Amino acid sequence: MIVPLNHILLVAAALFFMGLSCTLMRRNLVMILIGVEIMLNAAGLVLVAGSAFWQQLDGQLMIMLIMAVTAAEVAVALAMVVYLYGRTGTIDVNTFKDMQG
Amino acid sequence: MASLLFYLLAATALLATLLCITRRSPVHAVIFLINAFFALALMFYLLGAPLIAAWEVIVYAGAIMVLFLFVIMTLELSPESQRPALSRRQWAPALLLFLLLLISAGLILTFDPAGQAGVPFFYASPRSFGAALFNRYGLAVEIVSFQLLFAAAGAYYLGRRRKARQPEESS
Repeated sequence: MIVPLNHILLVAAALFFMGLSCTLMRRNLVMILIGVEIMLNAAGLVLVAGSAFWQQLDGQLMIMLIMAVTAAEVAVALAMVVYLYGRTGTIDVNTFKDMQG
Repeated sequence: MASLLFYLLAATALLATLLCITRRSPVHAVIFLINAFFALALMFYLLGAPLIAAWEVIVYAGAIMVLFLFVIMTLELSPESQRPALSRRQWAPALLLFLLLLISAGLILTFDPAGQAGVPFFYASPRSFGAALFNRYGLAVEIVSFQLLFAAAGAYYLGRRRKARQPEESS
């Protein structure tokens, strides 16, 4: 027993809210994606803590799948960022507020 | 000893993440985030997940964050496009989120105020990890591999050079 589960959950909650605030308040597309990464890592910390708390492997297996999904998401999202930069010359999200379809 | 190390690493991760989300330049933010990911990897190791710790460094810090760096350097952002991280009217949602964090922290603490429920020592060896992954979740692994393939195709489609369409648009 190294630390109480509460403290791990508190750290993960703080990390998650930092990522959420980064996603909601920054106006830079790259920073929004970084906020999503922070939130995913906070979720991973909760999964590892749960895996250790209940002595089950499933939490760690879930993280492995999440990492693969994150890699796929980041590849597509960054390709889209480069595409949008090529079209408009900026990555400020206010530029893209009149997208449709 | 291990718990002291855990709290040090937690403080490092939180501080690095806080610095990351307040930086003006995305390059500095990515560097701070890599720092936070290293601290998180060591926390995973302390919680008995050595394989996850190694992947956190290899996949997250090594692959995904370096991809972010490459894209940021490809974009050649002009300095005037990097406005201050937080303008004044964005402090209201920041305060709201901080309030939400306080509420959730209070909820977490009320479940177990004394912090008695400790995380018992648990060690998942890579052998048992791999056996459980491919025995129980083989279908999930296949689906994720398909998703990676589709993502690679999608990224290639978005990133290809559009030379054929240029004269079509100009005419």
